[in-house]
Amino acid sequence: MIALLLRDLRLAVRAGGGFGLALAFFTILAVLTPFAVGPETPLLARIAPGVLWLGALLACLLSLDRLLALDAADGTLELLAVAPLPLEGAVAAKAAAHWIVTGLPLALLAPVLGVLLSLPGQGAWVLTLSLGIGTPALSFIGAFGAALTAGVQRGGLLMALIVLPLYVPTLIFGAEAAGRAARGADPATPLMLLGAVSLGCVALMPLAAAAALRVNLR
Amino acid sequence: MSIWEYANPVRFMGWTGRLLPWLWGGAALLVVGGLVWGFFFTPDDFRMGSTVKIIYLHVPSALMAINGWFVMVVASLIWLIRRHHVSALVARAAAPVGAVMTVVGLVTGAVWGQPMWGTWWVWDPRLTSFFVLFLFYLGYIALWQAIEDPDAAADLTSVLALVGGVFAILSRYAVLFWNQGLHQGATLSLDAEENIADVFWLPLVTTMAGFGLLFLALVLTRARMHVRLRRARARMLRTRVA
Repeated sequence: MIALLLRDLRLAVRAGGGFGLALAFFTILAVLTPFAVGPETPLLARIAPGVLWLGALLACLLSLDRLLALDAADGTLELLAVAPLPLEGAVAAKAAAHWIVTGLPLALLAPVLGVLLSLPGQGAWVLTLSLGIGTPALSFIGAFGAALTAGVQRGGLLMALIVLPLYVPTLIFGAEAAGRAARGADPATPLMLLGAVSLGCVALMPLAAAAALRVNLR
Repeated sequence: MSIWEYANPVRFMGWTGRLLPWLWGGAALLVVGGLVWGFFFTPDDFRMGSTVKIIYLHVPSALMAINGWFVMVVASLIWLIRRHHVSALVARAAAPVGAVMTVVGLVTGAVWGQPMWGTWWVWDPRLTSFFVLFLFYLGYIALWQAIEDPDAAADLTSVLALVGGVFAILSRYAVLFWNQGLHQGATLSLDAEENIADVFWLPLVTTMAGFGLLFLALVLTRARMHVRLRRARARMLRTRVA
């Protein structure tokens, strides 16, 4: 499982076009926001947590098609399916690798972009914290979406349609936590609920994703 | 004889063929009767005036929109556990009907909200979670259409129906946390002390029962269509082989 995780990390870093693209996308989105809504500081500070969370969501979504589709195309998935490691474990390792190369850097980059969008003081740290807690849910739900559409040619849009509604609870709690901190309120409750969603997804989504993958490999 | 024998496609076509005229008749009678009763023979509400009459479309369609997903979850479970093809087809047939019910609920709600709240749409928890439910329906239907192999499609959509059901409920309560709303609470529940007044209640229950039958009739009709499509496909494949 660890070997698989390391393999996916190495592939993401060394094979072109994976690692860093999501980060670049996230940054561009933050830069485009003031062009779209105007440069007034109070307005930007008000919408910054939501925009950054939305950016994280989309950056995560855009990198999902690399999660399983490449391995499905070149036959790696078949090998994983007959390996001694249960498919659930393989999916969990791949989702964890996806989180390390997209979710974690996004969370670390978020305070910098928060400063660009004039997110007030404490909000930046809670934003990082909420992204750090919430993005595993995004990766694991995304792994389920990728598993469902692994057999579909050009399934990107279909995956977006399936995955984005599933992101609703994560987005609500994450953006609420960051928003509350930016307004100076206590973000503990949404953070705890976000943690619950995230842990639940990490525990249960590999089962659903592996079930879907088995169907696609049949 | 066990209940599962009714899931045999030939038997299914038999008993649904005999049952459907009655279902359609009952649905038409109850929906039309309930609507006519509600529209023309009930007093106006003292605060909402005659706009209150939208309730006879709004509440039943919203009820069936939610129950539609419930039907899909149960049918998907039966498919996953017992592998009855008719069950997968019923789940498939229920999705568009549920999606349309969701749209009817949203549109009648907007039409009602315009005079009452002064706005077609607000980001109220109930409205928002209904919109999210509609998106779930869309994703489910799109997945059915995207996958060629019927058995794989049935399996994958079943898993999606189960996961989506959990997330739909989760979204429902997450949305409550996010915003407080304009929508009134339930006026009709089994455990409440005070419910809606009887003059409105009786036609409302009539249309609710009517929409239930209508939903059932639509789903069974669509399921029969899917069974026939399967048969036509099988016959086409056979003639091509021969």
